[in-house]
Amino acid sequence: MGEKVLMKGNEAIGEAAVSAGCRHFFGYPITPQSELPAYLAKKMPLVGGVFLQAESEISAINMVYGAACAGVRVMTSSSSPGVSLKQEGISYLAGAELPVLVCNVQRAGPGLGTIQPSQADYFQAVKGGGHGDYRLITLSPSSVQEIIDLIRLGFDLADKYKTPAMFLADGMLGQLMEPVDLGEYKSEIKEKPWALSGCEGRAKNTVTSIWINPEEMERHNIHLQEKYAEIKKNEQRWENFHFDDEAEFLVVAHGSMARIAKSAVIKAREEGIKASLIRPITLWPFPENAFSSLKSLKKILVVEMNMGQMVEDVRLVVNGRIPVEFFGRAGGMFPTVEQTLGKIRGLIK
Amino acid sequence: MQKVFEKPVSIDEKPFSYCAGCTHGIIHRLVAESIDELGIREKVIGVAPVGCSVFAYEFFNFDMCSAAHGRAPAVATGIKRARPENIVFTYQGDGDLAAIGTAEIVHAAARAEKITTIFVNNAIYGMTGGQMAPTTLVGQKTDTTPYGRKVENQGYPIKVAEMLSTLEGANYIERVTVISPAHVNKAKAAIKKAFQYQIEGKGFNLIEVLSTCPSCWGMSPIKAIEWLKANMIPHYPLGVYKDGAKTE
Ligand SMILES: Cc1ncc(C[n+]2csc(CCOP(=O)(O)OP(=O)(O)O)c2C)c(N)n1
Ligand code: SF4
Repeated sequence: MGEKVLMKGNEAIGEAAVSAGCRHFFGYPITPQSELPAYLAKKMPLVGGVFLQAESEISAINMVYGAACAGVRVMTSSSSPGVSLKQEGISYLAGAELPVLVCNVQRAGPGLGTIQPSQADYFQAVKGGGHGDYRLITLSPSSVQEIIDLIRLGFDLADKYKTPAMFLADGMLGQLMEPVDLGEYKSEIKEKPWALSGCEGRAKNTVTSIWINPEEMERHNIHLQEKYAEIKKNEQRWENFHFDDEAEFLVVAHGSMARIAKSAVIKAREEGIKASLIRPITLWPFPENAFSSLKSLKKILVVEMNMGQMVEDVRLVVNGRIPVEFFGRAGGMFPTVEQTLGKIRGLIK
Repeated sequence: MQKVFEKPVSIDEKPFSYCAGCTHGIIHRLVAESIDELGIREKVIGVAPVGCSVFAYEFFNFDMCSAAHGRAPAVATGIKRARPENIVFTYQGDGDLAAIGTAEIVHAAARAEKITTIFVNNAIYGMTGGQMAPTTLVGQKTDTTPYGRKVENQGYPIKVAEMLSTLEGANYIERVTVISPAHVNKAKAAIKKAFQYQIEGKGFNLIEVLSTCPSCWGMSPIKAIEWLKANMIPHYPLGVYKDGAKTE
């Protein structure tokens, strides 16, 4: 166990990335993640790394593509409107099978929206915001400690499966100050024999996402799907809070929202309601295994900081076995503990 | 028997897929010869664009990747910042570089990225079948300017070499063409110099090559060369636009 230090969410992202061996960051300023580039602008030169402010999010994601081609651990970060601009690049990264970490510290949309926190980019992250059949490993932290753990995991999973990963936080987490334990982490940076490094002593390497022949393009798609199936099998992660054989009520929430939902569940349990919580940590792959047995469950409530996105995945998994209700607020507003508790009480009657 | 002419090592076995009389092929050869002569093939990392040269990574015999349409300078920046010891270049058409990718090339030049760009200006979009490019001349007919490019509607063509040479970050900018052996020799010298500068740690370097697109111009290869000479060179004068970046 290391020493605990107090850290702000956005800075923790930067600190964790550096500790994971990331020495390259490309980004474009946007609220509410600005502390992160500021932190890395200071930090990278001190550790022999590269911090570069790009002329746009489009450029930043393509710089990330280049650095990933060159075989280094690389990250970019933005908030919702900027992440929309990165979608073309993310599709190319998925097609070319390049491992990178993309952070989205979400704010409310659509359009320019507002800088207040939101979870409205769930669909964009897990259903494929860019073109083509691809999936993004999507990680949702709910504390500053978990920011540290999941940033490291994101790099490891991206490398392991040669695929881009998305770190999906929100403005509330970005601003949160909490003690963290940086611990002992050894990043297992794998050899990347496919990377572009100059063809000295070997045949040339090529990185691309174009297969003009439809048979080859289909074969590449099938290869990607097999990889995604492997990820789905191995990498589902979630937190289970009192979801056992006796639970009668289940709340599903992720990220910042899960903290609020947990408090509501604790209060409900104090009132004698057999409430429980599942907090998805991997949003893709969605933790379907968490719902394998619904046991004594009567109802499920999905709570989100949006107008209803993850609820669709919960309904897919539950597949009509029991009712799945939704409660959410949008535009930078979020369901409070009292409001969530009120919903639980109402539904249990 | 003495061999007096052979394929550069930097050209791969795959036959070029360019149309007959297209000057992309000549330009590829000049890039390959320059890289061979400078002895940097094993250090080179190339970035292919979206355009007729999208498969450049199949024709060149060294490490390469392909970039999204217009983003090659950003991709090259990422590569060069990750591997400063390598020699990194982009190969881009005029739609790629001067329309969708204008921001990327301007900022790569402004940052004095230590990269080399081979910019193929054929005044048209070749790959998509002959639409107007940002470099299409006033009056020039294309699929999307069937009555000729009109200033009132589409404005004026962009002079990339002139524009980029105003930037302090630009180190070496020259415009050349490949329509005669003498022009080819000059183009080769310019391309080689643009790589030599990068070897010396200097950038940003760009060679604009006036090129023909006989297929989309609807001309024979010979006619295309005559058209380029009569129409493009007067509008896009050949020569060195910048040699030596500002040093503080
Ligand atoms: C984002 C995007 N928009 C449009 C296209 C379609 N497209 C492919 S090549 C091209 C133009 C290429 O023209 P140019 O850069 O002049 O190269 P050339 O083919 O003439 O060598 C376009 C518009 C694309 N592939 N991607
Ligand atoms: S379409 Fe034009 S630019 Fe493309 S290969 Fe043919 S001649 Fe060359």
